[in-house]
Amino acid sequence: MTRILAALAAGALFGAGLVLSGMANPAKVLAFLDVAGDWDPSLAFVMGGAIPVAAIGFALGRRRGAPLCAEGFATPPRGLVDARLIGGAVLFGLGWGLAGFCPGPALAALGFGGWQPWLFVAAMLAGMGLFRLLPEQAR
Amino acid sequence: MTSFTPFASLAGGALIGAAAALLWLTLGRIAGISGILAGSIGSDRGWRIAFLVGLIGAPLAWAALAGAPALHVAAGPLTLVAAGLLVGFGTRLGSGCTSGHGVCGLARLSPRSIAATGIFMVTAAATVFLTRHVLGG
Repeated sequence: MTRILAALAAGALFGAGLVLSGMANPAKVLAFLDVAGDWDPSLAFVMGGAIPVAAIGFALGRRRGAPLCAEGFATPPRGLVDARLIGGAVLFGLGWGLAGFCPGPALAALGFGGWQPWLFVAAMLAGMGLFRLLPEQAR
Repeated sequence: MTSFTPFASLAGGALIGAAAALLWLTLGRIAGISGILAGSIGSDRGWRIAFLVGLIGAPLAWAALAGAPALHVAAGPLTLVAAGLLVGFGTRLGSGCTSGHGVCGLARLSPRSIAATGIFMVTAAATVFLTRHVLGG
């Protein structure tokens, strides 16, 4: 139960942060990416607010050694920068630049953003499903 | 054309960072939205579904209490479908998105995440440049 409440609180904080920061609005994201147009640098400030606070959390985690409600930290593998990572980042960047939605903001906008985030999220789930259909060795 | 909002964006960013810190310190999990979404139909899905309920529910409560936040989607239905397919497939292939790589990965100084974030930022900016200034406009 504590795990569920902690995850619910983290998700709610994340969603509130996306709305407050303006990042749930694709127009604002595209205005950041449009460096040759009427540039809106706000997204850089979102990263500037998020990264140091998250870094404090990761530093506290290193000091504690284990999380409060789980056996250990699910640390992502420190592998190499491979073709899969590069290809995935390129495809994601293409899609992000086309519509201005990335996964978090699209989900956060489901409750108030009209039909567009729903269509985007449906297509995003289909894209995730397509990836699942790939044979194991191709993933 | 949106206006520059340094204070709201910095404060919103701090909330996102606090969410990532909370999830790491309680469950030991990375707050990567694409990964959490993809894992929400697998085993150990309880906490993932709870996170997604919060992620969708907080903005919904915000809209009910304070009015719907500004949102403008310029993309038409076909573009939204193409963009969604690319984002869904690309984030699985590349093991993360703006949250997992861009916030958590950079905060952890992960070389893979630094590379991924640089690549998707540059690709997205190039896509906007092409669609707005070369092909469209």
